[in-house]
Amino acid sequence: MKDIALHILDVVNNSISAKATFIEITIDEQIDANIYELNIIDNGRGMSPEVVQRVTDPFYTTRTTRKVGMGIPLLKQNAEHTGGTLIITSEEGKGTNIKVTFEYNNIDRPPNGDLAGVLTILITGNAEVDFLYTHIIRDRTVVIDTREIKEALEGVSIDNPQIIRYLSEMFEENINEILNN
Amino acid sequence: MAKVKSLADLRKMKEDLQSKVHLREKGDNYENLVQVKVGMGTSGIASGAKEVFNFFVDELEKRSIEGVVTQTGDMGYNFAEPTIEVTIPGKEPIVFGNVDMKKADQIIESYIKNGELVEGILPENYDKIDNK
Repeated sequence: MKDIALHILDVVNNSISAKATFIEITIDEQIDANIYELNIIDNGRGMSPEVVQRVTDPFYTTRTTRKVGMGIPLLKQNAEHTGGTLIITSEEGKGTNIKVTFEYNNIDRPPNGDLAGVLTILITGNAEVDFLYTHIIRDRTVVIDTREIKEALEGVSIDNPQIIRYLSEMFEENINEILNN
Repeated sequence: MAKVKSLADLRKMKEDLQSKVHLREKGDNYENLVQVKVGMGTSGIASGAKEVFNFFVDELEKRSIEGVVTQTGDMGYNFAEPTIEVTIPGKEPIVFGNVDMKKADQIIESYIKNGELVEGILPENYDKIDNK
């Protein structure tokens, strides 16, 4: 994966397969502490402790079509290249939390990538799932909450083509605003 | 912090949309639309499936083709990512492999518009080995 955004697109699909209805994605760029932190919390079906131990193994997957699953192992590898970590906590029936930390100024830390584009794909491609995206850079924060968006839309489908285009521009502007400061 | 685009604008736009007669409800008439499914498993994403997805969303609209673009999981053709499945109304679905922007453009122009097949079809598609 070239950037963090693509990792998010990949890993959040696990949450969706696990029947999550609410997914929280938080990026916390703690520049002063030299830490870049990504948190993904879902309310999907969760995993047993034995499964949690095995998901970082590339030869573990819940898929039945093939015997390898690279999503989590690749993210873990990228984090560890920078001296960071990937920690999974999960409880069956409650959900899963993936916390990934990177060293902020490490040359191996992947760039943010097209976060707005990935959010658009996730949000409009999974209309029945709610997302809460929070991006913190020092004291600046941007929050994107699909519950608010859906309320504003009052029944008009979030995957209407014109709405999709509007949302993607809105996400881009909102995220760029804090990134460029 | 003045946001250029906000939820208030979104509400306004929604009203504009609702006032138009032509508001296609998704899921109503899937059979009559061109369907493009983009395989977005780990290997698909790593090979550029996201760009291909966006390309189809933009280009189908630009070229006035009524269609839906959806994401799907891994299709099992990891040697030929990004992989897409195209269904033209009334025809069997066809899976194309190694789809980059150039191939995507070809698929729209030749297959979706004119029904001519283009190279890159995964021949294993729906064909069991004992049928060969």
